[in-house]
Amino acid sequence: MATKVYMEALSPTMEEGRLVTWLKNEGDEVKEGDVLAEVETDKATMELVARGSGVLRKRMVGEGDTSPVGTVIAVIAGADEDVSALTGAAEAKASQGAAGGTQGASVPDASKAGSKEQADVAQATAALAGSEHTEQDQAERGTPAEATPAGAKPTPVPQGGQQSGQAAPAQGASDNGRVKASPLARRMAADAGMQLGGVQGTGPGGRVIRRDVEQAVQAGGAQQQPAAAAEAPQQAEAPKAAAAPSAGGYRDVPLSQMRKTIAKRLTQSIGPVPHFFLTIEVDMGEAVRMRARINERFKDKGVKVSPNDLIIRAVGSALRKHPFVNASWTGESIRFFDGVHIGVAVAVDEGLITPVIRDADRKGVTEIAAEVRELAGRAREKKLKPEEYTGSTFSISNLGMFGIEEFTAVINPPEAAILAVGAINEKVVVVNGEMAVRQRMRVTLSCDHRVIDGATGAAFLQTLQSYLEDPMLMIA
Amino acid sequence: MAVITYREALNQALAEEMERDPDVFLMGEEVGVYNGAYKVSKGLLDRFGEMRVVDTPITELGFTGLGVGAAMTGLRPVIEFMTYNFSLLALDQVVHSAAKLLSMSGGQFKIPITFRGPTGAALQLAAQHSQALEAMYAHFPGMKIVVPGTPADAKGLLKAAIRDDDPVAVFEGEMLYNLKGEVPEDDDFVIPLGVAEVKREGRDVSIITHGKMVHVALQAAAQLEKDGVSAEVLDLRSLRPLDVDAILATVAKTNRVVLVEEGWAFGGITATVAALIQEEAFDHLDAPILRVTQADVPMPYAKGLEKAAKPSVELVVEKVNRVLYR
Repeated sequence: MATKVYMEALSPTMEEGRLVTWLKNEGDEVKEGDVLAEVETDKATMELVARGSGVLRKRMVGEGDTSPVGTVIAVIAGADEDVSALTGAAEAKASQGAAGGTQGASVPDASKAGSKEQADVAQATAALAGSEHTEQDQAERGTPAEATPAGAKPTPVPQGGQQSGQAAPAQGASDNGRVKASPLARRMAADAGMQLGGVQGTGPGGRVIRRDVEQAVQAGGAQQQPAAAAEAPQQAEAPKAAAAPSAGGYRDVPLSQMRKTIAKRLTQSIGPVPHFFLTIEVDMGEAVRMRARINERFKDKGVKVSPNDLIIRAVGSALRKHPFVNASWTGESIRFFDGVHIGVAVAVDEGLITPVIRDADRKGVTEIAAEVRELAGRAREKKLKPEEYTGSTFSISNLGMFGIEEFTAVINPPEAAILAVGAINEKVVVVNGEMAVRQRMRVTLSCDHRVIDGATGAAFLQTLQSYLEDPMLMIA
Repeated sequence: MAVITYREALNQALAEEMERDPDVFLMGEEVGVYNGAYKVSKGLLDRFGEMRVVDTPITELGFTGLGVGAAMTGLRPVIEFMTYNFSLLALDQVVHSAAKLLSMSGGQFKIPITFRGPTGAALQLAAQHSQALEAMYAHFPGMKIVVPGTPADAKGLLKAAIRDDDPVAVFEGEMLYNLKGEVPEDDDFVIPLGVAEVKREGRDVSIITHGKMVHVALQAAAQLEKDGVSAEVLDLRSLRPLDVDAILATVAKTNRVVLVEEGWAFGGITATVAALIQEEAFDHLDAPILRVTQADVPMPYAKGLEKAAKPSVELVVEKVNRVLYR
């Protein structure tokens, strides 16, 4: 009974893998569960495990080769079993996949028809390892007619139910590529846009169950998928919504080729988030005076506004004007968030947590002040609810109170930028050709260069500077 | 609310409905002078007279047929089977007449009859007296089936059964008659047919059951809680109509299911519920559905064997652990 070895999706976002090292040679005995090879994914180097027993008859890719997820890369079979049909077909497929370029996961025969629509569907289905196996199997068993209905359908249906429904008969055809998973796990994985092949099952006989998918989601896309991991299945019902940050609305703008190239080149240079940093100095005199006035005016109400609260509000307003800075890189698109939700880094005993001030651009400074104080207090007591520290679209880190003048903060993925705020110090500056003492503050914006370019980030800082130097502009 | 026994709750339901509606009458073996084999009809003869509390000979087929005829004329008979085991003698009247006459008469005859009596095993009454036959009754379209597990449910469901215009079979747990619980005194305390109840909230697994087994499930849940397992217990209460929404809701909540029934597995209530869950809630399941039922044998007389044949708390705990992959 021959088993095809596929390039598996070993991380939730993996599209292709590079075979780093083969750990078994052709002719070696292989037991189910043995490690066959080390594969470099988009995140790490992982072990590729055999899903069937026998002899490793054929290795179809060499060390260092990159294959799209779903490609057959080896065949395990009995010592004298005839596997020529399998290896031949699979090789043809592998080369076809490679010819398809970076995205072209091995495509079912439907794409040969040349129809753009069919090719798109085929590519989309290729993202789903399970269903793709089924289609490949059908194609390989010489029933191309069965592959066409899927190809003819204009919209791919990325869901587990159909997948499992199709996979069951195929499994009878001695295909060990089938992943054993509970119906719930299949659906959750489909909702999270994750392939089950790479998930290690801890249920009976290696069955993938809910906790495995939850763990995989947490490990793979922690920043992206808090909802899917933590919530009950009902919440996972709406596909995609589960995978999105709980930041509310957004729109995804597809990437241009130029943007893709920029992203790829920059990621190669500094990965995985290519940072760059912009610093500007702000005159905080007006802001400090305004803060004093607010505190004086609302003293009897117990309101106490810090410079940071003013900065949060100013950043909120500036983000509203500069949507690229209130955005996120998804890999296929740039996600522009409808809401401006600012994470405020708070140091706690074990590290750092960023409670979120939602709709910071629409809140009054005193409201922000009260909210920050309340959230930060509970953050230190570790009493924040998940929805209170997830779903931010931009973050601020302020070390001014420690006397730090200037620093760079590390972006909190999947956000595209973070603002590092330094201390407000009195400095001598030149104003209208004369020396003057002013209250100055340096802020540094760390940018994800895939989303934000230098000029974009600079323009944002300029707006922020104008808001802080003349707070009236925020409300005018 | 008064704390009374399951037996007293049934008695209250009968008395209140007979008081409310002069068409309601009770008929069966020993229901009158002897006050009922299980004393459910205690005091009713004295109160309502022998026209409305009718002692019959040992003729199940006869008096059941008489009841169906009375229902066709517009009366609302309550037929007591001394136990449901003996109702098999009257099955032709139940299945061929009561269940079908509405349909076969094109709606000309309503059959507002209520069957009631104890079901299931007691202690060492052997194979012929220890059967939980509700699955068999539920098999026939045209019948409504309720299985109250608590005194309050006994009262509310029996009243609903008597008021319903279709034949309703009320299965009373033979070992529940002395069970005490709070029961509303309100004359109009009626529990609608077809509404299940979550008897205990939980997160990790749903134990779905009915009748006497509700208590086995609750004990199992209490034991599981000590191991950190939060089990939800859903009491179906009504087998026909079945509260599908409640079943699907609990499955969606916990993703894992153990079904418990006092009867046999083959063709049982749990078989039907399991089929329904996989049809309607397949994508919510994280583990196969497991069942706890009576062993697939006629109930043994020997005490130890009887105990071994009945669904037990231990068995429920074991199956719960299995669906949790523990």
